[in-house]
Amino acid sequence: MPTLDDVRVKELKEIARRVRIHVVKSTHAAGSGHPGGSLSATDILTALYFEVMNHNPEEPGWKDRDRLVLSKGHSAPALYGVLAEAGYFPVEELMTLRKLGSKLQGHPDMRKTPGVDISTGSLGQGLSISCGMAMAAKLDRRACRVFTICGDGEMQSGQIWEAAMFASHQKLDNLIVFVDRNNLQIDGSTEDVVSIEPLVSKWKAFGWNVKDIDGHDMEDIVNSVKELEESHGSPSVLIAHTTKGKGVPFMEGSLAFHGKAADDEQLKIALESLGGDL
Amino acid sequence: MWEMAKQRDAYGKTLVELGRQRDDIVVLGADLCGSCKVKNFGMEFPERFFNVGIAEQNLIGISAGLAASGKTVFASTFAVFATGRAYDQIRQSIAYPRLDVKIVATHAGITVGGDGASHQMLEDIALMRVLPNVNVVAPADYIETAKATRVVAETEGPIYVRLGRSNVPIITQEDDPFEMGVSTMLEDGTDVTLIGTGIMVSRCLKAAKILEKQHDIGARVINMSTIKPLDEKAIVKAAKDTGGVVTAEEHVVSQGMGSGISQVLSESYHVPMKRVGIPNVFGESGGSEELMDKYGLTAEHIVESAHDVISRR
Repeated sequence: MPTLDDVRVKELKEIARRVRIHVVKSTHAAGSGHPGGSLSATDILTALYFEVMNHNPEEPGWKDRDRLVLSKGHSAPALYGVLAEAGYFPVEELMTLRKLGSKLQGHPDMRKTPGVDISTGSLGQGLSISCGMAMAAKLDRRACRVFTICGDGEMQSGQIWEAAMFASHQKLDNLIVFVDRNNLQIDGSTEDVVSIEPLVSKWKAFGWNVKDIDGHDMEDIVNSVKELEESHGSPSVLIAHTTKGKGVPFMEGSLAFHGKAADDEQLKIALESLGGDL
Repeated sequence: MWEMAKQRDAYGKTLVELGRQRDDIVVLGADLCGSCKVKNFGMEFPERFFNVGIAEQNLIGISAGLAASGKTVFASTFAVFATGRAYDQIRQSIAYPRLDVKIVATHAGITVGGDGASHQMLEDIALMRVLPNVNVVAPADYIETAKATRVVAETEGPIYVRLGRSNVPIITQEDDPFEMGVSTMLEDGTDVTLIGTGIMVSRCLKAAKILEKQHDIGARVINMSTIKPLDEKAIVKAAKDTGGVVTAEEHVVSQGMGSGISQVLSESYHVPMKRVGIPNVFGESGGSEELMDKYGLTAEHIVESAHDVISRR
């Protein structure tokens, strides 16, 4: 099993740090947005775009690229940060997030932002779209894979399970889902709102390969995807255990920062804890 | 009288022909593949046909993913499920990203009959025409359904096509043109205009005959097979030429085609108008013709409305 060397892990962590700074600054500049769920998904997105996925920022519409469906569309600031770092558009544009006339809408818009593979925002819909993309790849005999990031709260949505049932029926082994298991949704703990556990056995019962991973460990994220390349005939889901607000101590595990940006004072503290502004 | 045929048969047959010509066409159904007539496509092109089961939200989402990867997708189920159950999926995943998905719904309207209100979709034109980026087509008969199927396949972007369950009279000819957004004048007249869509077009023709024979009234009959974009030019011209407009649709009158036409006329050329359709109520079980009669959708109702319009001129 190939593993990442320490140097590469360090590089990925540094990119993720930069993305976290983008998330905090861009939502602060916008005065709104969802930093909590963006920060919990930052390491997964960084690992995917900088180590795992075949894609080309010079050619966003490349037909053989791997796709990313951000089913939890409110984590757009993290996706934008990663896309900018990858070179899809200038990093400076991140500060236009949510502003009138910006390419960077509050939720991802495939018609406005280079590198965004599909528009999302209404929760529960991404996995069905991923199924369609995975089917198209198989029809066209392309080797591309479809990566999907779902929120854990989305597991309460019926359409997720329609898609889950369909994907295993169609043997969509080019479909890989991350569940960003940060345990919180806007109204509280997922287990208090409507329990989604036991998550592993649910996905197993739907015919998926399932693995629990540490969603903040670059090696675990990258190696787990590589391991999946050995498994044929079934879609896969990685239950990525994460911390909402990861990297900014006062946002970690905080419900308040699900859908609220840092104020001026909080921004300073956040940047300090992330090792200083860029 | 007219020969009868089902619109959905024309849809199913044309889809197979399209499948032979284009390998980027993918067809999806949701457990009503036989009723929606997409089964034959599935038999000939099994690799490009997917039955998603009773899961309409998934049907629309999968269609979006296929279209985002370059396919032209036809997704079919009953109108009530296609537009009602999956409305947010159509809005968010098809309309907003402007993806090339054709939602071809069958069993629209009250002529569904015995299944009753739960299956009689009378609000779908309203739901679809209000969505940005989505165009709406309701062919009049078998021949026009075949043409519409071809034209929507070649017209990029989201389109909703509304088909019925029952046999309907064949009133158009093979060589009549069909163009998105362009209506056709089937009869010319100067006393009043009857604008029909879908299965109501034949009833407008019948009404025009009655008006001519029994009342010496010359009615212009327009087939408004594209409900969005509306053929505003033809609507305004008809209003100017005839001084009164009756619309007819198998749909609730609130926010249907007639509402669209009244909106056009209220902003550009005022004439007396009457909308023939179903009041804002749910349907019920019954025979198709019995229901059409009870809910005010016969040629006689159109004739009555024409008199009303003329009397208010």
